[in-house]
Amino acid sequence: MRSLEAQIAEWRSFLTQNPAVDGHEVDELENHLRSQITDLATTGLSDDEAFLVAVKRMGSLDDLADAYAQEYSGRLWKQIVGSTRDRTTDATDGRLIAVTFAVASAIAVALTLLVGGYPDYEASWLVRNAGLLVLPFLSGYFAVRQQLSAQQMLVSAIPFVVAAVLINLYPYADNTSEDFPYGEGSATELLVALHLPVVLWIACAYPYLGGDLKSRERLMDFVRFTGEWFIYYVLLALGGGVLLGLTAAILEPAGVDVESIIEWVLPAAAAGGVIVAAWLVESKQAVIENMAPVLTMVFTPLFAVMLIVSAIVYAVTGIGAAFDRELLGVFDALLIVVLGLVLYSISAREPSAPPTLMDRVQMAAVAAALILDAMVLGAMIVRIGDLGFTPNRLAALGLNIMLFVNLSGTAWYSVRLLTGRDTFHRLEGWQISYLPVFAAWAAAVVIILPPLFSFE
Amino acid sequence: MIDQGMVRTVQIDKDLVAASATPLVLAILVEGENYGYAILKRVRELSNGKLDWTDGMLYPLLHRLLRLGYVTTEWRTPPEGRRRKYYAITDSGRAALKEHHRQWVTVTDALSEVWRDSDFSDFALGNA
Repeated sequence: MRSLEAQIAEWRSFLTQNPAVDGHEVDELENHLRSQITDLATTGLSDDEAFLVAVKRMGSLDDLADAYAQEYSGRLWKQIVGSTRDRTTDATDGRLIAVTFAVASAIAVALTLLVGGYPDYEASWLVRNAGLLVLPFLSGYFAVRQQLSAQQMLVSAIPFVVAAVLINLYPYADNTSEDFPYGEGSATELLVALHLPVVLWIACAYPYLGGDLKSRERLMDFVRFTGEWFIYYVLLALGGGVLLGLTAAILEPAGVDVESIIEWVLPAAAAGGVIVAAWLVESKQAVIENMAPVLTMVFTPLFAVMLIVSAIVYAVTGIGAAFDRELLGVFDALLIVVLGLVLYSISAREPSAPPTLMDRVQMAAVAAALILDAMVLGAMIVRIGDLGFTPNRLAALGLNIMLFVNLSGTAWYSVRLLTGRDTFHRLEGWQISYLPVFAAWAAAVVIILPPLFSFE
Repeated sequence: MIDQGMVRTVQIDKDLVAASATPLVLAILVEGENYGYAILKRVRELSNGKLDWTDGMLYPLLHRLLRLGYVTTEWRTPPEGRRRKYYAITDSGRAALKEHHRQWVTVTDALSEVWRDSDFSDFALGNA
């Protein structure tokens, strides 16, 4: 007969197999099981009997895992993995659907480029419509994966149709001419090209969530999906870049004109990669879950040092002199990365763990980022005061105010979380309620800004 | 022992068990911080064993309360005994409990009002 310890170990390992239940939870459940066995043993049951009764009372392990999966659907998307029953067939189907949509998007991009006279002439309408050549396919991929009803599919198509009509009917100023084809294009048109993908990306939340926007936890899934998608996309881009670079290096000497091929492969692959990355996030969830915390661990201290040094440098030299459009873009990218790092590290945190050194490092990074952003905002306001509003300045000001408010809120809730006065739930709530703000601002830049500045 | 065999187990509807779980756990934690196994024992004690949960289900519930900020938790080893994960109610947990209480009182008031003159309460309790 096996010993009680061996039986408990076996029960434990069976429970651990399920990805929805993590180590701490298994510890707690084992603790319960042991208490129950001890109590039962005092009433005269043998170890074996006590074990059986205790396990029976614990309930079906599948049900238990499902309950945990539901509870953690937010953090771990285990509803995909949680229903272990039909996982394998699902993955292969998903791959076929993903590849179909990725190829369709790549073809759409290639055809549109062909029509636009690429690569001799890079028409501005091509740039403006870039988001519309890719993201409808992502939306469609989600719609098929989530098995939306016909009505829901129509709803998910609305933003794309409206955007397509609107941005192509607006009469952007054409500052280019026959003699001077590379003149400054319309500023509002460029802003539309930059902001439309954001609007359309957030529109993809609807099919991604299976047509249900009411659940706040599921909305947080979408925020996380965005971050994890970004990591996969960067990895794919790096791999693709190495591949193309080596291809060129090997075939150019043999007289093959690789460059003119790459010109076509690159945009099509960049489009298809969007959907492949989305599929990877879903199907290789465990990989990214292991990767994101490691990346955060490595880069949070490095970014913290960099941010603190930059904050000191600009505090000493003043930001006014170096301030221009490019630097502004760099700052905005930096702030978005900091926001991403904070969200990753906090969502990967064990809620009941005491604050660690890493948490403090991260708070220092956020504080430095806030100081930098305050300086950027100050410089921008001075500039606008001197020179007045242009579409670019208004758009940049809006973006920075939004980032500043978001980071401040993130810092506030992080401090409360780390000092144990609040839970991650509150921070999640803050980010979720910010999603519509981002969407509304980007939509305003696409819809209201161009007529406001008479399409200049 | 013999008595127990004769008492008909009162089956409580699954939805009702689920609906009452949160206020029950929160109310037990108001009595003082506690760990999972003892919370379950308290539930059985309070309901004379009629409210019998599947043990495992308590833990996902506790984790939900934790995420909602209604409880806090920490692993601790009492002077004698094994290391356990203790849960304590927070202020927002108390507020949530108050709201649950308000709702349950409304429901039970309405039910007792409408059932006051019914005689079926006799046969429901009569055989017990």
